[in-house]
Amino acid sequence: MKDNSYQAVMARSNEIMKKAIGMDYSQFERGQLAFDYQAMMTEAGYSLEEVIAVQRETGVGNTPLYELKNITKLARINAPKGKGARIFLKDEASNPSGSFKARRAALAVYHAAKNGYKGVVAATSGNYGAAVASQAAIRGLKSIIVQEAFDSKGIYQPEIEEKGRACEAYGSEVLQLSVGPELFYVFLRVLEDTGFFNASLYTPYAIAGVETLGWEIVQQLQDQYSLKPDMVVVTNAGGGNLTGTARGLRKAGSDALVVGASVDLKGLHMASDQDFNRKSFTTGHTGFGVPFTTWPDRADVPRNAARPLRYLDRYVTITQGEAFYVTELLAQLEGLERGPAGNVSLAAAVALARELDEDQILVVQETEYTGAGKHVNAQLSFARKNGIEISVGNPADSVPGQSIILPEHPSQIQAVDMDMDDLRRSYLKHALGILNGAKPQPEDISFLAEDCRVTPEFIESFAQGVK
Amino acid sequence: MIDKAVPKGTWVQIHQQILSPDQRAPQVPADTAKVPLVMVTKGFLEKDGSRNENVAVKTLCGRVVEGKLINVLPRFSHDFGNAVPELLAIGPRVRALLEGGE
Repeated sequence: MKDNSYQAVMARSNEIMKKAIGMDYSQFERGQLAFDYQAMMTEAGYSLEEVIAVQRETGVGNTPLYELKNITKLARINAPKGKGARIFLKDEASNPSGSFKARRAALAVYHAAKNGYKGVVAATSGNYGAAVASQAAIRGLKSIIVQEAFDSKGIYQPEIEEKGRACEAYGSEVLQLSVGPELFYVFLRVLEDTGFFNASLYTPYAIAGVETLGWEIVQQLQDQYSLKPDMVVVTNAGGGNLTGTARGLRKAGSDALVVGASVDLKGLHMASDQDFNRKSFTTGHTGFGVPFTTWPDRADVPRNAARPLRYLDRYVTITQGEAFYVTELLAQLEGLERGPAGNVSLAAAVALARELDEDQILVVQETEYTGAGKHVNAQLSFARKNGIEISVGNPADSVPGQSIILPEHPSQIQAVDMDMDDLRRSYLKHALGILNGAKPQPEDISFLAEDCRVTPEFIESFAQGVK
Repeated sequence: MIDKAVPKGTWVQIHQQILSPDQRAPQVPADTAKVPLVMVTKGFLEKDGSRNENVAVKTLCGRVVEGKLINVLPRFSHDFGNAVPELLAIGPRVRALLEGGE
């Protein structure tokens, strides 16, 4: 009989994964650290034309692009003269399951069906669960979603309870767990038990699915407004949204600046039972964004196809209060009632627009659906019930897990830049740590340089400094 | 009150402990390490059962999963919450800003 203890299952993780993804990553490995990213994306992924065709089959993509005229006007108040870019919004909530995640799920589920899997499994507390469930429903596959959902008192984060309900509505089996990274153990056991496909967010196909989003931004701006994007702001968590969008922008010939944005959750531990319900954002925050940016290969696949440092021009943070505030602006001024987690990049955009000229074009590339639990009012009400202090003032004074401050005036919304070189150094420290003192080979150096968008000299001088 | 038997086929929620506190992964923070990892799921009862007893259910994807029966026709508890005055104040204020330009 099979040993299903935690240790035994974790020890056969590679074997389980290989079967559940049906892809041999070793063919792309080079050197000690290096792997051929572009080859993995082209050979194992899908071309843009194929992705468009797959997504058309299940009604994914081609979401509306709106100009947010009133929010633009508001952002221009107190902006320097001549500043205040025109803000556009890609309404990804219009996808079948209500978020851009449908793009990734469309490809993962298509790939699973094509390769003869009877079902798909995804480990996610986010919108991806509903996206996988919805796409599986369309293609007649079974689906199982594994969520981290409640704390040790059994209290659900309301947003996750809503996402679990949505998965059930699409016909998924939903496994809900208390807090902890051992969710991965349950996930592996389910994969092994069912032989289903691992609909990971981080495979080449899942990332290829987001490329259409970047592509559509360029096409729609051109067709509807005869404009080109100057800056695209992307909510960043695991890096897939950013990587896929940026790749799509480049494929469409755009050189727009790509800015990542996350909610600052500094000080809250992502695996802490007590911190779990002290945060009002379950994704799009620094708790995922920073670790995945500085070391992408911590995902549920051997090599992560989402590699944000390759594409990031800037990475900014905003506060929870600012994201809630712009969610209210979007409803009150633009008539679009959407979920707060999808509006992280919108909050950053209000601040970033003030840096750009009035005739420049800034695109916020997603929204998500809203509903019970996944609503700004639900989240603020839940936070208050949990003893988080909610007030109006300067959001910069808020402390994650203790207070949420809604801005008094839109000019108080700030996008705080992270130091890109600090992020790169953190990545390199991790990479060189794996070498355990061995000297990086030339192919490793050129891979690392490509992976964090610096010169080989930067890598060499960093490596020398480490010794 | 004694619970009546829950008939076969009823939609219920079940609970199982996955890891006891001493089985938790070494990297989990201290507060998490003090509590077990537990899992809940839902399905249709395979046989008549009772609350707090071990039962088997068939899930929406057709798998049979076992656990302690904790809820019958479980309710979704999430909602839109209580009114938040600080949120309600935003709309009128920003509209005034747009009209006045200040």
